[in-house]
Amino acid sequence: MVDRRDERPVPSQDADTSRRSFLSRLWLGLGGLAIAEYVWLMVEFLRPRPDPLEAAGVLVAGPVEQFELDSVTAFPAGRFYLTRLADGGFLAVSRECTHLGCTVPWMADEGRFVCPCHSSAYDIRGDVLSPPAPRALDLHPVRIENGIVKVDTGRTRKRRYFEASQVARV
Amino acid sequence: MFGTPLTPRTEREQKRVVLNHLLLHNRPVRLPERTIAFRHTFGLGGMSATLVGLLILTGVLLMFVYEPSPDRAYGSIEALRRNVRFGGLVRNVHYWSANLLVFIMFLHLLRTFFTGAFHGTRQFNWVIGVLLLLVVLAANFTGYLLPWDQLSFWAITIVTGMLGYVPWIGDGLIRLARGGAEIGSATLINFYTFHTTVIPVTIVGLMAFHFWRVRKAGGVVIPYSPDEDPAEKPETVLFVPSLLVREFVTGLVLVAIVMVLAVTFDAGLDAAANPGMSPNPAKAPWYFLGLQELLLHFHPTWAVVILPGLALLGLIAIPYLRYDEPMEGAWFVSETGRSLATAGALAAVALTPVWVLVDEYVADWSGWLPGLSPGLSEGLVPAVVAAGITWAVIRLAGRQYGGNRQETLQAAFAFLATALVILTAVGVWFRGEGMALGWPWTP
Ligand code: HEM
Ligand code: FES
Repeated sequence: MVDRRDERPVPSQDADTSRRSFLSRLWLGLGGLAIAEYVWLMVEFLRPRPDPLEAAGVLVAGPVEQFELDSVTAFPAGRFYLTRLADGGFLAVSRECTHLGCTVPWMADEGRFVCPCHSSAYDIRGDVLSPPAPRALDLHPVRIENGIVKVDTGRTRKRRYFEASQVARV
Repeated sequence: MFGTPLTPRTEREQKRVVLNHLLLHNRPVRLPERTIAFRHTFGLGGMSATLVGLLILTGVLLMFVYEPSPDRAYGSIEALRRNVRFGGLVRNVHYWSANLLVFIMFLHLLRTFFTGAFHGTRQFNWVIGVLLLLVVLAANFTGYLLPWDQLSFWAITIVTGMLGYVPWIGDGLIRLARGGAEIGSATLINFYTFHTTVIPVTIVGLMAFHFWRVRKAGGVVIPYSPDEDPAEKPETVLFVPSLLVREFVTGLVLVAIVMVLAVTFDAGLDAAANPGMSPNPAKAPWYFLGLQELLLHFHPTWAVVILPGLALLGLIAIPYLRYDEPMEGAWFVSETGRSLATAGALAAVALTPVWVLVDEYVADWSGWLPGLSPGLSEGLVPAVVAAGITWAVIRLAGRQYGGNRQETLQAAFAFLATALVILTAVGVWFRGEGMALGWPWTP
């Protein structure tokens, strides 16, 4: 009697292993894909949600006359200073130090911003007086409508130096 | 009931304990006698594991009381200290274990490096070790923010602020790290989640991997003195009791030390965080002060990205460099190696403070090189000078003592590691108001 099994065509060893290795590579790939998806999800969840302050947009600072020439007024809620230059122009200067992000106070008696963290100093226009700060304080756009000063806290402009074109005028 | 006796008496029972025990089954039954000498490993890896255990135990307790929101975080820590019995103590144990862990892991890294325990089957375990170090730093850093006091708020502000110096993607990185433009409730909840779930799970997983690799390498490196024949079979002893008892005692002594620290030195709580008022000076957590010190001497892109990046790459590459013959086992692998490492360390002790002083008071790179952009004059040029000094130190030491590649690498490693320690010490003790240099005892 003949053993039937011997007559059945057997897939060659090679085909078998390559199928198996294909399948295991498929599983590996799927596993990798699942991990990648999870990481992607995590990044999506960590993505910054809109900042309430930025979303709030425009902050009404007040009528022009309220701000004396050559003065600095703090707006803690907007995290900026409204400075009025000696020539009457306005700048909304961010209070965040450009060195590493500390909050810079205005030193009225010295007439400059001095960062407590590592001693950067800025003049009333936000220009760097002494390092380590690498660039001038950021600005928010200022608009003056019907004698009312408005600051767009939703937008922040980086700058290297002070330039006359940055000033909002009545 | 457990299938193994709790107090094994015969050798047979001592072996069965190891084989059948849930926690011990990945340990060897027998091991070479000379690897268990305390001064071979100083038990530093086991100490790290003990500290991770303490951190998990105390961390779970803290989670019952801590509330991760800017309005409540600070108050919940105050309440923990005031109203919870042992609350302050548990917080102190967590605090001391975390800080000690960074320190002990650094020593463990030195020990594995200077016993040459990174060749062959141990190559990849060195990489896992580096990953563990990074993840433990991340754990410490995310935990630092949680008390939400002035100290933590501004330390996290300036360290995340450093990300802003990464070219091109800096602003995006800051926003991602802070969960927004400023540190706020999004930052706190993100840090809290990483600190209490993602990071601990990662640490435990990496530790399991790390221990398994130690086992696969046949245990820790066997110390041979250079004139011995490594082919000779070493004397062996049983894991139970010889090593188990030593590990147990080391762990207990460490726990006792942590307790003494926790009772004696309070973790402290500064005033509640005030985003409108920065303290003077604002410092990063101590383990990042070496980095902050670099920022005072190099252009930001170099201090924040290039130099730390190169250091990390170099650290990971150590096992994969080409060595004439891999040497492992004994401390400093040879007398030449010991001399070279000592020379490197001493040179750093002498030169790093000089560098700091000269750079602070004399050097004016951008003034001397007015034609160059700051990235070159305050970054590339001083970096090349520093690299040149390092190279000269190694060459001089090599001329004095000779040495093959691995021994020479020890001089370089000792030099750089010591320089990092000294920069960190300068940041911790010698930087006062406005980060000006000064003595720690004159406020
Ligand atoms: C959570 C942190 C860590 C824990 C719990 C840990 C634990 C351990 C333990 C228990 C050992 C066995 C021998 C000993 O006690 O020295 C060991 C060995 C080793 N560790 Fe770590 N370690 C950690 C971090 C690191 C780091 C930062 C490095 C280096 C980058 C590192 C590299 C190594 C290497 C190469 C070995 C093998 C040593 C040998 O075979 O002699 N580990 N580790
Ligand atoms: S953050 Fe202002 S000087 Fe460093």
